[in-house]
Amino acid sequence: MDGLAMGDYGAYVWSCFALAFVIVVFSDWRSRLRHKRVYRDIEVRLKALEDR
Amino acid sequence: MWKWFHKLASPPHFYRISAILSPWLLIPGLILIAYGVYAGLFLAPMDYQQGDAFRIIYVHVPAAYLSMMAYMIMASAGAIGLIWRIKLSHAVAAAAAPLGAAFTFLALCTGSIWGRPMWGTWWEWGDPRLTSELILLFLYFGYMALRSAIDDTTKADKASAVLALVGIVNVVIVHFSVEWWSSLHQGQTVFKKGTMSADMRIPLFAMLIGFTLLFGSMLLRRIRTEVLYRERRTKWVKEMILSPEGGA
Repeated sequence: MDGLAMGDYGAYVWSCFALAFVIVVFSDWRSRLRHKRVYRDIEVRLKALEDR
Repeated sequence: MWKWFHKLASPPHFYRISAILSPWLLIPGLILIAYGVYAGLFLAPMDYQQGDAFRIIYVHVPAAYLSMMAYMIMASAGAIGLIWRIKLSHAVAAAAAPLGAAFTFLALCTGSIWGRPMWGTWWEWGDPRLTSELILLFLYFGYMALRSAIDDTTKADKASAVLALVGIVNVVIVHFSVEWWSSLHQGQTVFKKGTMSADMRIPLFAMLIGFTLLFGSMLLRRIRTEVLYRERRTKWVKEMILSPEGGA
């Protein structure tokens, strides 16, 4: 538990690492989601053109 | 060499290569970050002045370094696009901006959290490093707002590239602010000899390299999306998407 307390600086240290984790994961998730959306939009448009 | 660069700048070639390259950057990046986090939090000795609060360095320094590197990539890619009219370079610039903004935000937040126990304040408006880093965040926001405000992609590319080039001045100020003016922020320590013990320095280098590889992987993925969107009406995209294997 002493290791986690970080000599009374635990709240500062852990919040920084947690924030870094959240920002990196969120940024990665957003970029994957956007790629899927762009890909799907093009796919739908092309299939609609083919069906015509 | 030039032939290789020329081929890489071709959107279909880049789209294929980046899909292969991205995991090769991501996996070693994550391994280095995992080591850096563990060693930085639990193996590195406590700082004699800052105690355990110094461990914030392991996320703050990589974030701050990437905030500037992303801007330099964005501005250089914009300049290449303006001068040589390489289509891919504008896609690189557009893809680098949101990542740069994310790392700048992270650098500002972690710096502020670190400043509270060390300086006794969350923020100091008169400090040149803090203020110039905040201006960097606003430059990223301005760049992204300008791009989305102009419907014509070619015009948006040109206008945003000019803005990115003008903003380089601020990156220089961010970097040298601690040397030029008196600042609450500490000066250059990471690459100076005798300022950090090896036990502290090795996890930091692992984090710096790990974050750079992670950034590279994330940037490649964003460029792929940008390329796909810009090339959506081209023959190669049509062939790739309608092919039985697809090309996600």
